[in-house]
Amino acid sequence: MSGTGTVALSFKGVGHTFQTRGGAGVEALAGVDLEIHRHEFVAVVGPSGCGKSTLLRLAAGLIFPSTGTVEIFGNAIKEPPDGIGIVFQKPTLLPWLSVADNVLFPIRHKRGRASKGERDRAMELVDMVGLGSFADRMPDELSGGMQQRAAIARALLLDPDVLLMDEPFSALDALTREEMGFELQKIWARRPKTVLFITHSVSEAVLLSDRVFVMSARPGEIVETLGVDLPRPRDIDTTTHPRMTEMSAHLRGLLLKREEAAL
Amino acid sequence: MTGMEQPRSFAGRLVDSKLFMPVAAIVSIVVAWEVGCRVFSVPAFLLPAPSGVVVGFQDVTVSRWGEHVWATLRVALMGYFFAIAVSIPVAVMLARSELLSRTLYPLLVVIQSTPVVAVAPIIIVVLGAGDTPRVVITFLITFFPIVVSTTTGMMATPPELIELSRSLRASAVREITQVRLPFAVPYIFSALKISITLAVIGAVVAEFVAAEKGIGYFIQFSTSFFKVPQAFAGLFVLAALSITLFQLVNLVQRLFFAWSLPRDGR
Repeated sequence: MSGTGTVALSFKGVGHTFQTRGGAGVEALAGVDLEIHRHEFVAVVGPSGCGKSTLLRLAAGLIFPSTGTVEIFGNAIKEPPDGIGIVFQKPTLLPWLSVADNVLFPIRHKRGRASKGERDRAMELVDMVGLGSFADRMPDELSGGMQQRAAIARALLLDPDVLLMDEPFSALDALTREEMGFELQKIWARRPKTVLFITHSVSEAVLLSDRVFVMSARPGEIVETLGVDLPRPRDIDTTTHPRMTEMSAHLRGLLLKREEAAL
Repeated sequence: MTGMEQPRSFAGRLVDSKLFMPVAAIVSIVVAWEVGCRVFSVPAFLLPAPSGVVVGFQDVTVSRWGEHVWATLRVALMGYFFAIAVSIPVAVMLARSELLSRTLYPLLVVIQSTPVVAVAPIIIVVLGAGDTPRVVITFLITFFPIVVSTTTGMMATPPELIELSRSLRASAVREITQVRLPFAVPYIFSALKISITLAVIGAVVAEFVAAEKGIGYFIQFSTSFFKVPQAFAGLFVLAALSITLFQLVNLVQRLFFAWSLPRDGR
């Protein structure tokens, strides 16, 4: 699936140092080089605090690298670029808006008004994530999984080329989490996107992605890139596929070894 | 069967009902008060019995009551709305700019820490007769909670929502009107509920200093002639006014901002 040519996102020698109040900086990322191809599904795994989220925020243009450049379709990111959608760890829906209005929020927020066509598009997305009959409900009437579905629909509203997902399913229970993974895969198959998926679940990374990047503890660097050669579409049976087990074990071993080395 | 529910007795159901217990408590206090006053023959100019208060209430015509209530209500509401109109923009500025926040906040604290009762006579002298000084006094006592709560609410907006807003390159105005201020609504309403009762206090304090109408004035006037039952009647009218206004704010929140209430409170 990878290597279709066009590079959607690229990090070139990216380092990022957070300025702390004390004055001394905290080096979150050091010399990260990676390329994500158009319509490729890429996961980044690593121990907590390794700068995975920093990577995502750099791609979103919310923060900027201390060294190196981050590019989207060949253009250096100097402000939040068009054509990206973000899904956060928490659904972060606006509690005063219905599900449909939450999905429509990016257009209202960017341009003030939404056209009839855009409202229809929002409804289409609400349907697509399986919330058709909940469009008029308020967020707090929905379960965590349903809220996150709405957040995914919201991220897709502006039809972004790049979908940035920051541990989107980590707040869900194990069963819902797996179900959401398959759901995301279906959406991705229907509307191909370049996906940068941050997670600390090794099996989730392998199950969903074309390639998995493994990051080291702070300062984060890419220590291994693993091409996932499991056939698509992946389903429940994939979870017990010998290759899946093998790759997950390999990644888990890698992360554990690095953690031990760090201690 | 262990899960079987026993049919509740009549008394049991009464205790369960939402209204019964508070009403029973109030009735018992009133009865004890009445009995106490009669048994110990407390003079009415010290502590009138509830029946004396009722008589005191009836000594004043309904239209006179209406005039006093209207005078107090008018000042309280003008001061309250003036406070809302000033506080929310000030809160937006405080939340927007760290420099302004550092500059203005100490000033606000100084104003808030100065007892309004002590400043009231000065304000009356400076601003002269009419509603203006009374509205200003009411404003001074009501605005602070609204500023603090609105600022707190705007600052408590989850960082992800701000990031979402920034990733869309939305204008600062939309970030405030579509994200931060709506997010602050529950905070704003808790301040509005505190402030509406403070507004009544402000109006009464102003009337104590200088007024020719209003419940505060009426209470002071009555006590100066030892018409204590009337003063008590004024006190109850004032409490009723305060509670009604408080419930009105509650009602506005329930009608227009139901989402900002906890699920079981809607």
